[in-house]
Amino acid sequence: MLWTYTKTTSFYLLVAVIVLVSVFPFYYAILTSFKSGTALFEITYLPTHFSLDNYISVLTTGSFVRNFGNSILVATSVVVLALFLAVTAAFALARVSFRGRGLLLMTILAVSMFPQIAVLAGLFELVRAFGLFNTPFALIFSYTIFTLPFTVWVLTTFMRDLPVEIEEAAIVDGASPWVIITKVFMPLMWPALVTTGLLAFIAAWNEFLFALTFTSSSETRTVPVAIALLSGASQYEIPWGRIMAASVIVTVPLVVLVLIFQRKIVQGLTAGGVKG
Amino acid sequence: MSAGLKLNQVKKAYGAVQVLHGIDLDIKSGEFVVFVGPSGCGKSTLLRLIAGLEDITEGTLEIGGTVVNTLPPSKRGIAMVFQSYALYPHMTVYENMAFGLKLAKASPDEQDKRVREAADMLQITPYLDRLPKQLSGGQRQRVAIGRAIVRDPKVFLFDEPLSNLDAALRVATRLEIAKLHERMADTTMVYVTHDQVEAMTLADRIVVLNYGVVEQVGTPMELYHTPANLFVARFIGSPAMNIVSATITSSGAPATVQPKTGNPVTINAEVDATYVDAEATFGVRPEDLVPTNGPGLFTGTVSIVEKLGEVTLAYLDTGLPDPITVKIDGDVEIIKGATMTVTAPADRLHLFDETGAAFPRMQFSHAAE
Repeated sequence: MLWTYTKTTSFYLLVAVIVLVSVFPFYYAILTSFKSGTALFEITYLPTHFSLDNYISVLTTGSFVRNFGNSILVATSVVVLALFLAVTAAFALARVSFRGRGLLLMTILAVSMFPQIAVLAGLFELVRAFGLFNTPFALIFSYTIFTLPFTVWVLTTFMRDLPVEIEEAAIVDGASPWVIITKVFMPLMWPALVTTGLLAFIAAWNEFLFALTFTSSSETRTVPVAIALLSGASQYEIPWGRIMAASVIVTVPLVVLVLIFQRKIVQGLTAGGVKG
Repeated sequence: MSAGLKLNQVKKAYGAVQVLHGIDLDIKSGEFVVFVGPSGCGKSTLLRLIAGLEDITEGTLEIGGTVVNTLPPSKRGIAMVFQSYALYPHMTVYENMAFGLKLAKASPDEQDKRVREAADMLQITPYLDRLPKQLSGGQRQRVAIGRAIVRDPKVFLFDEPLSNLDAALRVATRLEIAKLHERMADTTMVYVTHDQVEAMTLADRIVVLNYGVVEQVGTPMELYHTPANLFVARFIGSPAMNIVSATITSSGAPATVQPKTGNPVTINAEVDATYVDAEATFGVRPEDLVPTNGPGLFTGTVSIVEKLGEVTLAYLDTGLPDPITVKIDGDVEIIKGATMTVTAPADRLHLFDETGAAFPRMQFSHAAE
């Protein structure tokens, strides 16, 4: 009896600790974003002040809205481009048997093993050579390179598990590979597409190092860089309130996306097509 | 239009592994041909070669008089029903059936007409708006057949279509396929199965395959009465034929053989004089053996009795390596442990030479025609 009681208590205690640790930083950011003036430097754990000054200031001064638009453009393009390339590549890697397929898969994986900083200089040269420096395309280009290995691998694994007979039935029905991918496989791959797409979006959305290096003017920056470079009235003041307000704004799209697509992740979509 | 199939020395190899060793087959238009054989005999591979899902390594395949080796499946005038149904899970029954027509750019009216005709034929009209997952196994297989009918194929290919169904449904669907064949008299049907009951009941002709070689082609009754070799003899018929090794003692028709134990046996087979003293095997089907009081073919102790109702199977221990299976009327009482003597008329025995090839049978060699 006592043992059961202890077990239950410690379980919920552990849950409480985990929730606290993971939620607290975000909670504190929201709390701070609503403070203004000297209240910023008082340590409080409960909402004591409420003012939207920081939000208004972030949205009206500087180029934050523009940066926000850049981020959406870059992240969306990366997702679309990466998913398109990955789905077509995954079809080849999962369904067409050719010499060196395993080696190719390993090479793709190896690409993602290098740390960003290692390829930064080389990538910078490429970006300059293509004339993409200080444009959103520089970021779309470099993020796609870094996202693709992961996307290709996940989709290849997923596609490999789709029943071969369905593909063969489509071939007998006269479907070309493109039709098989778009009309037969893509509808079955929604869960995988949504998951990998979301992760690619989040990665592109939060990326900092490339964004800092490949852009030079405030109009072309994405939000992570813009937030980091937010400056106060003087160089000795760090505008914590505005930084926190900007961070909260930046998080909202991600939360919204997850909420939207969570409903779309329908499990067991393949049930019924073949004997399971 | 003729939709016969002609296979000329068709070979298939995966790398160095030869799977099919030169298959020659001539399938007439409108014929129902069944490929049977044990697992791994190449029957499914052969079907996939005909479908165009695999490339032919060597030899030619003609459908309706045209060589189709390099044509894609959709251009060969074939339709295929898969063992696992292979329906598109995200499409309704209607969309599943119309998919091929849509890709062929048929007009919506034409699509609708053909889908509804096929659905009517298979009685799946009430399910047209459902998704495959909302259907039972039998219904799904009917949809798969419907999807094939809609394509209006010259050649209908079935890859073990009943294997995933339970016993009762299998019989019902088998009858439906037989009816389908009657209704589509011009359509050639090629059917792969490992189930000999399906083969015997559905086929106009059966092709028995083993290790990528055609062992025999013939009507179900030809295969049953005059198996060309030991493999076919064992494969067709259930339970399998009893096989006993013996030495040929006299040639001619009928011939005599001497088993390792017991009396000489007379067999109505034509044996050339050169075979005297040669090793051979003779076979007798369990259903051809009858109990007798006098001297018989085999005498032994009943080791196992299996009562199936209509018939009873008895396994006799006769001192031979394998027990002798006897299939007798279900009303006859057989006691385990009793001694039993069984015999069979000379015209019911099959004789095979050392390589397994059958000697011609005296009264059946011409009856098949």
